[in-house]
Amino acid sequence: MQILIYGYGNPGRQDDGLGVELVKRLEEWAVETELADIEFDKNYQLNIEDAEAISNKDLVIFADASQEEIEDFCLSRVAGNTKVSFTTHAASPGYVVELCKELFQKDPHVMLLHIKGYEWDFKEGISDRALDNMEKALSYMKIVLEKPDLVLKLNNKFKTC
Amino acid sequence: MSQKITIEPVTRVEGHGKVTIHLDDSNQVTESRLHIVEFRGFERFVQGRPYWEAPVLVQRLCGICPVSHHLAAAKALDVIVGAGTGEGLTPTGEKMRRLMHYGQIFQSHALHFFHLVSPDLLFGIDADPAIRNVIGVALEHKDLAVQGVMMRKFGQEIIRATAGKKIHGTGAIPGGINKHLSPEDKELFLNGPELQNIDKMLDWSTGVMEFFKDYYSKNQSFIDDFASFPSNHLSLVRKDGALDLYHGVLRAVDWEGNKILDDVDYQDYEQYIEEEVRSWSYMKFPYLKHLGPKKGWYRVGPLARLNTCDFIPSPLAQAEFEQYKAVTNGKPNNHCLHYHYARLIELLHSAEMMKELLNDPDLMEGELVTKGTKVNKGIGLLEAPRGTLFHHYEINDDDQLTRVNLIVSTTNNNEPMNQSVNSVAHSWMDGKAQITEPMMNAVEVAIRAYDPCLSCATHALGQMPLEISLYDAKDRLIDQKRT
Repeated sequence: MQILIYGYGNPGRQDDGLGVELVKRLEEWAVETELADIEFDKNYQLNIEDAEAISNKDLVIFADASQEEIEDFCLSRVAGNTKVSFTTHAASPGYVVELCKELFQKDPHVMLLHIKGYEWDFKEGISDRALDNMEKALSYMKIVLEKPDLVLKLNNKFKTC
Repeated sequence: MSQKITIEPVTRVEGHGKVTIHLDDSNQVTESRLHIVEFRGFERFVQGRPYWEAPVLVQRLCGICPVSHHLAAAKALDVIVGAGTGEGLTPTGEKMRRLMHYGQIFQSHALHFFHLVSPDLLFGIDADPAIRNVIGVALEHKDLAVQGVMMRKFGQEIIRATAGKKIHGTGAIPGGINKHLSPEDKELFLNGPELQNIDKMLDWSTGVMEFFKDYYSKNQSFIDDFASFPSNHLSLVRKDGALDLYHGVLRAVDWEGNKILDDVDYQDYEQYIEEEVRSWSYMKFPYLKHLGPKKGWYRVGPLARLNTCDFIPSPLAQAEFEQYKAVTNGKPNNHCLHYHYARLIELLHSAEMMKELLNDPDLMEGELVTKGTKVNKGIGLLEAPRGTLFHHYEINDDDQLTRVNLIVSTTNNNEPMNQSVNSVAHSWMDGKAQITEPMMNAVEVAIRAYDPCLSCATHALGQMPLEISLYDAKDRLIDQKRT
């Protein structure tokens, strides 16, 4: 199974860097545990070229900071959507999925890991509360990545949003 | 019936554009304004930090065009470390930075045209929003949509290879660059897979140019007339008048082509440019001092650059430039939607420049950094995808930043964007008391021509919705819509 774990956000804006930090830590863990067939990527935001990047994967998990009213973290299935905002130069996960389907005729299983954040100023460093949430998400993701086929088969038993 | 509300986590701290339109008793537009409502004082946040951190720190400002800020900051710090004002770097230092910059221009222009503009052109301003997006383009013009994706990817890969990494790149350092181009990357870009090498990028850049010219020939009045108005234009040009997106002197021309600023060393920019504050917007309004705020405002970006330069120093783009100039009989082009035409000529120019640089042996070997005697002030300018970008830094004897002033491209275009909104408001909304979807999009199309980065201009992050509010003669809100 080809897997991509992709964190995005701006680490220069405190908790906005949650997704990037999680992927950095997961990548280190994957090297230590010699987990194969998992690709890791990080960027400030998603964009249209990511439609090509996910097109040759079976499972994609995007990781992003969240302002939603969630306790710590949760996982949701990403459905394709066509909405693009007015001038933003970023794309939503759903938009990337839809573009992948239309341009490359591929439909990978795509999930979004939402990690609760609190602080968004011009500083490096994630707040303590957000870091706790990320640690919980990290532990969870390690379990997921040891048996990734479960994500595909038992989607609704995971910690869904 | 139940209602499902979906909240996407990417909408975090939000800056947004807000347009207000005021009507008189007979519903004629009396005033319209583009307000920028989110502001965070980035300049104050970086005060006290060591100056050498600036090229990385400024990338906090915007996750959309970090490379432009990275390079402008590095250019300013070149001055502070005594490495000169643009001409003092080693050949390797300057050429690696140029390659990074052309990669940024290429990916940004490709993204803007294919992702944001082509849906308006292909489907029309009043088309159903459900199809007026790149997914709609993908359904009807798949080749075009795939090209947009692959061109954007190529530019991003050039950035990775020169800046070192996608997030918080460190390639440009005060006085030069920290690495050579690797042989593997050079081979990949010159002779890589069919859809991912520079020859294919050149081929597609030429193709999209033809696509636009064909569209223009069939829709000339729309492209020429939409939100068109006279203005001044400002950009850097090379000393000999050539288009140069990385370095040069400041030049400005008026709407008829008279030079109103020429051969100005940008270290002296404060003598020539001032910023006006208006109570209703957090984004400032820059203007040429000697003309004052009413007559001295100017456009920046692709349209302005092709109005200020005398020629383009790459053959394919120069040939297109000659055709483009013929449209306005050699005079400055003041048509708002010709920003797209000019942007595609720059896309082609960037592809040509990347090919030239990738074949240059200086990228693979040679000194990386120039050293000199430190001074306490440095100013770095470059032509970012959206226009002239100013970075100004001052330091104390402890190497801490004491003053930072940034004038970003979108701020330079503040007054022109307001003028464009005003033009559209009169054309589309005079006599109307309700906002319709085509009206909303007409306003968006006018603003979108400038490819604004509200994230940069307002220092916000997240998505950028547009809100339009309509007020009657008694200043009562009568309609409001949001994208």
